[in-house]
Amino acid sequence: MSSFWSWWIIVLTLGSLVAIGLLLWWNMKNFTDVEEGESMGHEFDGIIELNNPLPTWWTVLFWICLAWGLLYLILYPGLGNFPGLFKWQSANQFVLSLDESRQAAIDSREAGLNIQYDAERRRADEVYGPIFQQYASMAIEEIAQDRDALRIGQRLFLQNCAQCHGSDARGAQGFPNLTDGVFNWGASAQQIHTTIMDGRQAAMPAFGEQLGERGIEEMTAYVLSLNGRIVDRELARAGEQNWMVCAACHGQDAKGNPALGAPNLTDNVFIYGATERAIAETLRYGRNGVMPAWKDILGEDKVKILSGYVLSLAE
Amino acid sequence: MSTTSNQPVDYNLKVVKQFTVMTIIWGIIGMVVGVLIAAQLVWPALNFDTPWLTYSRLRPLHTNAVIFAFGTSALFATAYYVVQKTCQVRLFSDRLAAFTFWGWQAVIVSAVITLPLGITTTKEYAELEWPISILIAIVWVAFIIVFFGTLAIRRTSHIYVANWFYGAFMIAVAMLHIGNNLAIPVSFWKSYSIYSGAVDAMMQWWYGHNAVGFLLTAGFLGMMYYFVPKQAERPVYSYRLSIVHFWALITIYIWAGPHHLHYTALPDWAQSVGMVMSVILFVPSWGGMINGIMTLSGAWHKLRTDPILRFLIVSLSFYGMSTFEGPMMAIKSVNALSHYTDWTVGHVHSGALGWVAMISIGAIYHLIPILFDRERMYSIKLINMHFWLHTIGVVLYIVAMWISGVMQGLMWRAVNSDGTLTYSFVESLEASYPFYFVRFVGGVFVVAGMLIMGYNVWKTIRSDKVRSNEPLAAAQPA
Repeated sequence: MSSFWSWWIIVLTLGSLVAIGLLLWWNMKNFTDVEEGESMGHEFDGIIELNNPLPTWWTVLFWICLAWGLLYLILYPGLGNFPGLFKWQSANQFVLSLDESRQAAIDSREAGLNIQYDAERRRADEVYGPIFQQYASMAIEEIAQDRDALRIGQRLFLQNCAQCHGSDARGAQGFPNLTDGVFNWGASAQQIHTTIMDGRQAAMPAFGEQLGERGIEEMTAYVLSLNGRIVDRELARAGEQNWMVCAACHGQDAKGNPALGAPNLTDNVFIYGATERAIAETLRYGRNGVMPAWKDILGEDKVKILSGYVLSLAE
Repeated sequence: MSTTSNQPVDYNLKVVKQFTVMTIIWGIIGMVVGVLIAAQLVWPALNFDTPWLTYSRLRPLHTNAVIFAFGTSALFATAYYVVQKTCQVRLFSDRLAAFTFWGWQAVIVSAVITLPLGITTTKEYAELEWPISILIAIVWVAFIIVFFGTLAIRRTSHIYVANWFYGAFMIAVAMLHIGNNLAIPVSFWKSYSIYSGAVDAMMQWWYGHNAVGFLLTAGFLGMMYYFVPKQAERPVYSYRLSIVHFWALITIYIWAGPHHLHYTALPDWAQSVGMVMSVILFVPSWGGMINGIMTLSGAWHKLRTDPILRFLIVSLSFYGMSTFEGPMMAIKSVNALSHYTDWTVGHVHSGALGWVAMISIGAIYHLIPILFDRERMYSIKLINMHFWLHTIGVVLYIVAMWISGVMQGLMWRAVNSDGTLTYSFVESLEASYPFYFVRFVGGVFVVAGMLIMGYNVWKTIRSDKVRSNEPLAAAQPA
């Protein structure tokens, strides 16, 4: 903030408080020429006003509040650029990335500032860090069998994952069910761990233009037939003719490829819906699924416990 | 002495009558919508899978209807009445006054149509799109011209304190409305705010909190300063107290907005200044309550027989309670618990239903017989019944919201021994259901009272008991 705006804030804030103090001071004395308790001598539609003094308790309360306000503005940031005697700040403001935030935490500490967010984070790490750390040496498969770890894992899941995957982890339209054993990016402990740590970016391209409406209809029928659904055989056969387009990712046998996150199309599991309409839509417009990376948000230890929990869900 | 000649003044009561009747009608409509959305929170199926009946579209309709249709119509009615009576002069311009009535009704009808259609700026309490916003600004300027024009041609030497509050509320609302609604239109029904990010949030809550501070507090204090001494037939307690609390209130209120943005991207300095001013605000706010309640000294016995006075005085109690609660909730560490919970909703309704609605209802019961030349209201018993229904309804509402709000705040912050949160959001929602039901019941009480009021007013207007002399208002025992 430039020093002009800083002074602007200081002058207006203190000016208002001082003006109110003066107003109160002026009215504590009887400045009128009317005796206290008597009528002011104005009359409005039968209403008259008495010249009673301000209630003492109320005046005292007013002075206390004004004094407290001034004291607060001396101790805490409020008056423009003046940081306050406590050098307190709620957080490192104006940071735009996690890296900047980390750097700001170090800088503020060196500058002797009292950053509440940093302090609370440090305290949480000190108190709770060891609890998560004790699982750091365990294998994810072991964590998936450890009752205490799973309890922590479930709590972490409910706070961080349930928004998309549901409280029961059964997913929703567009968000995978984590209890059915189907993992597009691989079902091994290590693969699940990587998915959570680094996130995933799935990309099903749009084939609407390439295949045309007729082609989409045929391919939809073929994909449905792979899942044991009753379809028009002619259409399905025609779709099969084009399969090499899809085979690049989903494989010749349509069983998918975890390295690309390409789903198995023969197991009746469709994240975006298994209806004819939903599948045609997927083919026509493509899909872009995003799993965010949790490494920076939760940290390695917590992700490990979560991985164990997710692994346990599928078993 | 500054009294005036005894010649009777030919007041413009037509516009007062129009606004008074519409206050009751819009009050019933706005509160019925409120009860419907309260019911939807208990039984979500009540949205009938119809887009314009969903909570998200009806909630802004409810807030707009009660604040701008019910509350503001009551302010128009009483401001026009009080300014004429206390200035002993007819309104500055009948035609402009008529324009404000029809213009304001047009604003409300547009809101009733556009909000359920999903046409919205998305800024809370400022949802109406730019063509309607412009109409509001024009009507409001006309309101200011009529009011200040009338003050200018007054036949009394002083300006009565009620008019200070009415005047301050009008000017501040014009400034807030225009400031916050500056937007770039992209089509007839869509515009984008010229502000972005934290600045947009700050403008929005500068507006939002002062809609409460000036419209719902200063405006209704103006109402209080006329109708309480008038109904109690007692002098105003302290002239000097009214000077201090008026100037302090309007100076400090305008700073209070940032307390809606504690612990957000708003810079720390703005949060601190907003909190300090909000806490200090508690004292001048109570100045108005003291002046109103002490006006009753020597006339407390009237509360036993006069339900209209009871409405007015209980409204001041709710005013005192919510102006204590508000500053407390503005303190950062309290806000950390209360923010985003139902506590806020309860706080708003103790102000809106307790203070704003009760003082308006009291003023309307006082006004109706005078405006329509009747001896008194058709039934004092029904006023009394309305009083109890309303009071019980408000208490049920705010107590339910206090409990569910504090419970939500505690559940959201509860942590396990490993530092993870104890409850998921859905668990706190599930725990809130019983209180949502109690809130709904409270709302039904309030609406029942409003319907009784509608009936009572209808019978009063239709009765042939034309008053002989000055009305005794409702001084008869129940």
